Amino acid sequence: MLVSIYRYNPDTDKKPVMQDIEVSIPAGKDLMVLDVLELAKQKDPSVTYRRSCREGVCGSDGMNINGRNGLACITPISEAVKPGQKLVLRPLPGLPVIRDLVVDLSIFYKQFEKIKPYLINDKPAPAIERLQSPEDRAKLDGLYECILCACCSTNCPSFWWNPDKFIGPAGLLQAYRFLADSRDTATAERLADLDDPFSVFRCRGIMNCVAVCPKGLNPTRAIGHIRSMLIQQGT
Amino acid sequence: MVTNVTNLGRSGLFDWIIQRFSAVILAAYTLCLLGSFVAHPDMDYLQWRSLFDSSPFRFFSLVTVLALCVHAWIGMWTISTDYLTSLQLGTKATFIRLVFQAGCALLTVVYLLWGIQIFWGS
Repeated sequence: MLVSIYRYNPDTDKKPVMQDIEVSIPAGKDLMVLDVLELAKQKDPSVTYRRSCREGVCGSDGMNINGRNGLACITPISEAVKPGQKLVLRPLPGLPVIRDLVVDLSIFYKQFEKIKPYLINDKPAPAIERLQSPEDRAKLDGLYECILCACCSTNCPSFWWNPDKFIGPAGLLQAYRFLADSRDTATAERLADLDDPFSVFRCRGIMNCVAVCPKGLNPTRAIGHIRSMLIQQGT
Repeated sequence: MVTNVTNLGRSGLFDWIIQRFSAVILAAYTLCLLGSFVAHPDMDYLQWRSLFDSSPFRFFSLVTVLALCVHAWIGMWTISTDYLTSLQLGTKATFIRLVFQAGCALLTVVYLLWGIQIFWGS
């Protein structure tokens, strides 16, 4: 199988190039894209990418696979490539490239920091723990599972255009995770921080984030809930 | 929170609601005009004139022109802050964006005054 990999070292290269590497896939096996990348790295050890858990938990190996963002470790090549096509691997779009498939996620984490991703509760701490009813706990399902792989935010044109101002789908999913948490008491402050023309309202609802989320989450729905909360508070 | 001085209402929620509210007014006006064309298939100039001479329709037209201006300003401002940024244009982005926004603001005011003159002028 032919694998085409984006190669770029900003310190030494004038511009990026696509390098084709031929790898042999064991007959009858449907490897994951990460396995193919490992085979390519055996041919050329200078190919650089992030990886860790190889089971879709750590979110390290988010990349653009044949035009679609995804996690290399849980994307089978049968799903990524049609028979006879080559596998094309590029870094997550819209972020500065550090080297090859490794991007600088600083601005992504900065947006995540902005939403204060931790429980804020100004009531005295109970002796053991803050209890939550099963119904309130269920409200966090579909929100807490985000692994911050950045596949969604880097597939969002609004984030490409204003990565310093638009929180992005990943950050907003987490923003709603804390807005929806019955144990958090900073709802009004959190909403006030989001009520500007960029942080939430740059979302155009095109749902690229939903289409690519490797965990099957729905940031667009979370953003809709944030808008509803802003309307309830602001009107 | 991102502070901004050139958007319409200082608040993302305000702009978002106004844009949708103005869109409803524009849609209602379009339907009214289409409805009058359907109701009067052989409309001549006098009928057309009498439609626009009636006070309720003139008021509705004025509200629609206002809605159009507000809707257009929010839309053009959004477009300028999406595409005319330092990522695309480098250090000149702020100047280019301000010139573009000033041009849009001027055009919006001209259309508003022109609309008022058409509907309410002698």
